[in-house]
Amino acid sequence: MIEVKCVGRGGQGAVTFAQLLSVGAFYEGYYVQAMPMFGVERRGAPSMSFTRISKKPILIRSQIYEPDYVVVLDSGLLCVKGMLSGLKQKGVVLANARKEQSISVKGVKSCFIDATSIALKEFGKDIVNTAMLGAFAAYTKLVSLKNLYKAVDERFRNEDMRKKNKRMIKLTYEKCLEKI
Amino acid sequence: MEKVIETSHAIAEAVRLAKPDVIPIYPVTPQTHIAERLADFVADGLLKAEMITVESEHSAISAAIGASAAGSRVFTATASQGLALMHEVLFIASGLRLPVVMAIANRALSAPINIWCDHSDSIAERDSGWIQLYCESAQEAYDSVLFAYRIAENRDVLLPTMVCVDGFSLSHVYERVLLDNDEKVRKYVGKYRPLFKLDARKPVTMGPIGYPNSFMEFKEQQEQAMKMAINVMRVEERNFKKHFKRDFYGLIETYNLANARYAIIAMGSVCGTIKHVLKQSRLKDIGLIKLRSFRPLPKEALKKAFEGLKAIAVIDRAVSFGNGGVLWNEIKALSCLPVHSFIAGLGGRDITPRHIMKAFDVMQKEKENEKRIWLK
Amino acid sequence: MPGKDMKLKPGAVIDEPGSSTKTKTGEWRTLKPVVDKKKCIKCGLCWLYCPDACIKIKKDGADIDYDHCKGCGICARHCPVKAIKMVREENGKSN
Repeated sequence: MIEVKCVGRGGQGAVTFAQLLSVGAFYEGYYVQAMPMFGVERRGAPSMSFTRISKKPILIRSQIYEPDYVVVLDSGLLCVKGMLSGLKQKGVVLANARKEQSISVKGVKSCFIDATSIALKEFGKDIVNTAMLGAFAAYTKLVSLKNLYKAVDERFRNEDMRKKNKRMIKLTYEKCLEKI
Repeated sequence: MEKVIETSHAIAEAVRLAKPDVIPIYPVTPQTHIAERLADFVADGLLKAEMITVESEHSAISAAIGASAAGSRVFTATASQGLALMHEVLFIASGLRLPVVMAIANRALSAPINIWCDHSDSIAERDSGWIQLYCESAQEAYDSVLFAYRIAENRDVLLPTMVCVDGFSLSHVYERVLLDNDEKVRKYVGKYRPLFKLDARKPVTMGPIGYPNSFMEFKEQQEQAMKMAINVMRVEERNFKKHFKRDFYGLIETYNLANARYAIIAMGSVCGTIKHVLKQSRLKDIGLIKLRSFRPLPKEALKKAFEGLKAIAVIDRAVSFGNGGVLWNEIKALSCLPVHSFIAGLGGRDITPRHIMKAFDVMQKEKENEKRIWLK
Repeated sequence: MPGKDMKLKPGAVIDEPGSSTKTKTGEWRTLKPVVDKKKCIKCGLCWLYCPDACIKIKKDGADIDYDHCKGCGICARHCPVKAIKMVREENGKSN
């Protein structure tokens, strides 16, 4: 079972990240579970979501304490206490940041992608969840672009929203592939 | 067709297929996604129901009673303070024997203000005469709504029914749900044929005074109906399995219990975590008894499940202040075994495998000495 | 009131309409309203005020349903021409 924790700020779409990832992974044939860590939603306050992806049915329903991946939607959160805690030995931090940063947890792999620039350019807003989804797909190869697009189509009714989000996924995906 | 959807949306999907005529509803966290999705269905013409956006939960349940009395199939949903506001009216729905189905996204009651999951809201309505079903998964929530209509509207039962899902920890979870085709589901749920209805062409009186010479008899009828509900649920469990070709438990579900000497009893989404821990730890000595129907309490089924056990642990997500865990008290009354009480997951506190292991440990170590522990 | 001899329907529903007419509340009366049809101007105030809907205005004046009139006297109090008098019941019997 792969456990993904996504941390962001209210409004950046950490919860939708988990939803889209779970639906995409489902179309890959996995059992999935996406769970928001709901707070009293305020724009800008730290927010969190959890995604479980497994070949077998998922029974556990508690939050994720030892993630395989931590996806960070706002690099400012990298130094907030607890955001990266519990990360597995072979865990990966995937962060939205302009440049490489050092992270507090030793021994884990970290990847940085400037998703904010992509989101601002393509979307005009700093909502980076779908861009980071592209990055996640590129680094993990767990979900194909095709199935992420399917998830986007299911989630958004508005054709423009669908198009823009898919484009953001694609752009980050390709950009990350170049890096790897 | 299998899809990954939110539990709230799975509930709305089941409601769409049950085709209620009237949905009086007032949004409250964490029930809101159910109300929103139903509003979408009505606006998109996928559900032809009268959606009444009332001004409070008191009005929502009052309107539900009026509509049900007029012979309509009715759905509503609420949580926490909203359910508490309905309190006095809940008794009228059950006293009038109106089969209203209501989803509850379980949430703590203030104070301090808290929007997260525990069972204090629905447990506080334990004695309101409603059937209460608690769900572990999105699939179970979907199935339970359909099941609830079959039970509630059965002529031998005629009782309003709550379908309870843990707020956020289940209501907002996305996971696989097997959605059957519309025709198959509609065939299962069937049409509501009221025993009595308010109809100007054939007048009846509903809600007359019950004098001391008859009031008790009516209350006795309600208790009888609850007892009947157990039998009806047993039959409907089988019908459900036959119709949908998948397992469904109406009263209790057991897991790993066959060779167990110890059992843990719980309701709601925590049962998933318990199953996970049992599977991971390969403990053959401990089993799970998942209570699905809290009201009526399936006493015989529980007693049968207790056979051969040495001790029981009960996990409560609600407290009767001054007398401990609510479910614990009820299980204690059913068994001479040592019954340990664990209060857990109040106000959204995550219940982790560590908590479950702690309960296992206590149950196995403390032979006669009954423990009451808050798993924090 | 569903008495013990009645079958108790679920939810206390009374499925037989008009059951209240079967209880002859006229027997409860001590004083009985008597209409002086010569004085009655058929204004309908008594009909309007009667809490038991026991008065009908007929061609010759107000007509009282003694089977159900409890003798409260409201009609007599409100009659503008004092056409209704409250009279003691003979033997406590109605009619």
